[in-house]
Amino acid sequence: MAFFIASSPHNHIQAETSALMRLVIMAAIPGVIAQWYFFGWGSIIQICLAITFAVLAEITFLAIRDKNIKAQITDFSAVLTGLLIGISVPSIAPWWITVIGSVFAIMVIKQLYGGLGFNLFNPAMAAYVMLLISFPVQMTSWQPANELLTHDINFFNHLWLILTGYTWEGFSVEQIRMNIDGITMATPLDTLKTDLTLGLTVSESISNPVFGENFSVGWEWVNVGFFLGGIFLIAKKAIDWVIPVSFLTALWLFSFIAFSLSADSSASTMFHWLAGGTMLGAFFILTDPVSAATTRKGRVTYAALVALLVYIIRKFGGYPDAIAFAVLIANMAVPLIDQYTRPRTYGHKGAES
Amino acid sequence: MTERSEYKELSWQGLWKNNPGLVQLLGLCPLLAVTTTLTNAIGLGLATLLVLVCSNATISAIRQWVPKEVRIPIFVLIIAAFVTCVQLLMNAFTFGLYQSLGIFLPLIVTNCAIIGRAEAYASKNPVKQASFDGLMMGIGFALVLMTLGAIREILGQGTLFDGAELLFGGWASILRIEIFTSDTSFLLAILPPGAFIAMGFLIAGKNAIDSSIAAKQPKTEAKTIERVRVNFEG
Repeated sequence: MAFFIASSPHNHIQAETSALMRLVIMAAIPGVIAQWYFFGWGSIIQICLAITFAVLAEITFLAIRDKNIKAQITDFSAVLTGLLIGISVPSIAPWWITVIGSVFAIMVIKQLYGGLGFNLFNPAMAAYVMLLISFPVQMTSWQPANELLTHDINFFNHLWLILTGYTWEGFSVEQIRMNIDGITMATPLDTLKTDLTLGLTVSESISNPVFGENFSVGWEWVNVGFFLGGIFLIAKKAIDWVIPVSFLTALWLFSFIAFSLSADSSASTMFHWLAGGTMLGAFFILTDPVSAATTRKGRVTYAALVALLVYIIRKFGGYPDAIAFAVLIANMAVPLIDQYTRPRTYGHKGAES
Repeated sequence: MTERSEYKELSWQGLWKNNPGLVQLLGLCPLLAVTTTLTNAIGLGLATLLVLVCSNATISAIRQWVPKEVRIPIFVLIIAAFVTCVQLLMNAFTFGLYQSLGIFLPLIVTNCAIIGRAEAYASKNPVKQASFDGLMMGIGFALVLMTLGAIREILGQGTLFDGAELLFGGWASILRIEIFTSDTSFLLAILPPGAFIAMGFLIAGKNAIDSSIAAKQPKTEAKTIERVRVNFEG
């Protein structure tokens, strides 16, 4: 009887990168459907654009680097990066925003660092931050939910808006975003932030129609969609439950502390959970196996750090949402976190104290 | 080494092989902070060049009389004196540029490229070579500044030589080149992160050129006998 001598780990999970990536892409579908339902075709068009250009950029740079193109394209990592960029950019942003973002994510953040597995930062979030600081006007022009719009826009109008900046009937992005009183409608997070600086209290601010009956029209359901997708991923063991759970708990904790100290100037805990990109970040961005921390203690630290940064930037920073900035800063801290949270090897004693 | 080949070596070192901006990575603070436009970059490049040549010459001239123990404060004082001269001159003749360079003009005092040359070369070599070394290092630094400034100005504003009249006088406003016009500027190129990214690309480009030159060189098999040389300098 022959014994194979192999080094540990002896128990392999027979999972390929492509299977994992496909699972994550499938899990994003409920959130994308919610986006489509509440905000129209814009985000679907952006996702298609982003995926197309991310894959094209990947093929180009793999060819330049003399790598095996077929093997690395079929692992779906470029498709996932494109999908995340398409979800995160505003649905009525001009087409070149998405194209620049996708190419930058693949070219600079992924391939220049050495390809999949070597990237220090999450490519989609780095591209998002690059776009946000370069083109703040276009990147904050979010379309209000369909039910708040004064002009109905259909698929062709969305396409035309993205390609030319005007709808088929000639309305500009600014006109689309105006409500019936001629005031531009912002996202709930942005509205709340502006109102607080104007001296309103939270309860006064949330009477604005963009908040709807619960927390935020449309956004709450988009977040619920991504939450469901995330639960599916955890059930399939595609992502570690530690990161989303500790992120959401920490965010809940920070917002609860602020809310109980000063309810007039701090939004509720559920608002922080269900506004902006919280759920997308918790289940799809933070769990990126390449740029997140690796050990369990490290993952808790990493997720709590992101939650703290998200809360601080949302509350005190200059930008309304903060997932991308927080993730990038935490990505930089990952090597340090991993260094200090190395698990004890079996049989060795812990650090001598 | 003959004098001619020594000058050649100094130029090669300053302009390419040991370039203060791309290889030594010295003086990154002004390099990244003021290169938002080509004009700013030229202004700071010229100021640094002038200070570098003068300080190298002076330090080399007094190298016999400077005690080793206190040489660094003396170098800093000499550099600071020249920086003050340059600053006053720019304040008088190119006031607009003086204002747009702001704090980075007096900060030339702390530019490691200058004190590095003073310590590494000027304090050990005769005046002529030291001044030439300062000139070449200064030109190398200014070229990097100008390249970076040009890249960032084109990407950020779509222009070249914007505000050149601040440096060269009124006639220079015709130098302004409009490469493309767009309603939205690419802010990243103007902000500091863009400077770091562009700098990374420049360094990568230089390394790529170096390695492609090295690949083209015919491989000389080691015919020379290796000798251990012990250098008792300094």
